[in-house]
Amino acid sequence: MSIPPSPTTIDRIFREEYGRAVSVLIGAFGDIDVAEEAVQDAFAAAVSRWPQSGLPPSPAGWIITTAKNRAVDRFRKDASRQQRHEAALLLRQAEATEEESVVLDDRLRLIFTCCHPALARAAQVALTLRLLGGLTTEEIARAFLVPEPTMAQRIVRAKRKIRDAAIPYRVPTEADLPVRLSAVLAVVYLIFNEGYKASTGATLVREDLCAEAIRLGRVITELMPDEPEAQGLLALMLLIASRNKARCSAEGALVLLDDQDRALWDRELIDEGQQLVQACLRRNRPGPYQIQAAINAVHTDAYAAADTDWAQILALYDQLTTVAPSPVVALNRAVAVAQVEGAQEALDAVDKTHLTNYYAFYAVRADLLSKLGRRAEAATAYTTAIELTENHAERAFLASQRDRTDGGPLPR
Amino acid sequence: MNNYLLSVIQPVGDPPPPDTLEPIMRNIESFHEELKAAGAWVFAGGLFPPDTATVVRQNGDGALVTDGPYTESKECLGGLVIVRAPDLDAALEWGRKAARATTLPIEVRPFQGTSE
Repeated sequence: MSIPPSPTTIDRIFREEYGRAVSVLIGAFGDIDVAEEAVQDAFAAAVSRWPQSGLPPSPAGWIITTAKNRAVDRFRKDASRQQRHEAALLLRQAEATEEESVVLDDRLRLIFTCCHPALARAAQVALTLRLLGGLTTEEIARAFLVPEPTMAQRIVRAKRKIRDAAIPYRVPTEADLPVRLSAVLAVVYLIFNEGYKASTGATLVREDLCAEAIRLGRVITELMPDEPEAQGLLALMLLIASRNKARCSAEGALVLLDDQDRALWDRELIDEGQQLVQACLRRNRPGPYQIQAAINAVHTDAYAAADTDWAQILALYDQLTTVAPSPVVALNRAVAVAQVEGAQEALDAVDKTHLTNYYAFYAVRADLLSKLGRRAEAATAYTTAIELTENHAERAFLASQRDRTDGGPLPR
Repeated sequence: MNNYLLSVIQPVGDPPPPDTLEPIMRNIESFHEELKAAGAWVFAGGLFPPDTATVVRQNGDGALVTDGPYTESKECLGGLVIVRAPDLDAALEWGRKAARATTLPIEVRPFQGTSE
């Protein structure tokens, strides 16, 4: 008999295995609600049994078997549901022979179902977190700053559309895969960014979101090892997350990359991210996530900000501009231009982006103007940037920059 | 199999000139042939303009009949196709072909109770 598991162990197993169990149950019974109820039943049983009996040899297997039994029990009590389920099963078997797919894993099918283009992006994100991550409606609502009833309705509506419109539970065929995969990766990156952006309140859940996005990224790379963009996204998230501890001062103010204490960076995440970037480079099929990961890898190569290889970063931004041009990419590229070619060249590049509703446009512009000694214009740009951001840490940072610009000679 | 309604959303107003319309009508015709050949055909038809519509409302014991469409808008239902498809992806593929043939937006919506 093994050692009785603690509640945190059961909690961790829940997080890790919920998505797998739900996806297997949907595969077996063809009904999301049935699958969720059964898996929740099984975990409730685990919470009451495991502390006495100890962990079973395969907790995931135990959960799935128990959930299947619970679902069958429920069907016996509910005849009309049983008919529906049998119909769904027949349909599923008929389809299984028709579909030629690259990978056949229930979790992968579930990710593609959650991120189906017929669902709105907000619903894709919520469903992915709910069905694959096992987050509660309350947790998802808190993370995305919407009222819980709104989030509950969003999830119910999405599940109803999957059922009523018959959104298929399968991995897209190879012809559709690139487009559909990019939606999946976009959802995961959105979850990561929601967690990464320091914001007021609910900080814990948001850090959880970063971890959840990375976990989903790992699941996708594990299930689709031949998709370099999936690896690129995972590398990108790992490298960005490696700086989490250095991004905020003790007072909660934002610390810029240049000013961060690099000893606080997480070496383990950096090593893993850099290895993934190396593996991507060897494949030589660069996409936007891989290139952004490579840019972050160059930053993490430098032990001090002054050692940063800006020429290489600029070259990578040029490549990113070719692969996925956007005004935001152009703005970020301008930051590298400032380092390599000078502030005036960077300012010219920034002014060509016309991102006049975006706080970062004014923040970057303000920084360049102050470097050029145009202090009054810089202060005005900082003020506009402050007005355009909702984020408290960013506001505080921009305000301190503006104050430095306003008073006396510039420190740099 | 499920039944899906493919609604053709068209702007209210004069139809395009014949030299624009004729190739579109030919494309729609071959789209219908393709549906029939695939066994996905249930029904399809184009509608006269919305000003030919009449609304009937139950009013106490009798019916109130009024001239015109139910709602005035810049866009209206111009025609419809009903297809049988195994799932939404298959229905959306027909929707994509309908959009290409008609050059108009297509709303794809499942019918109730047709899953079998």
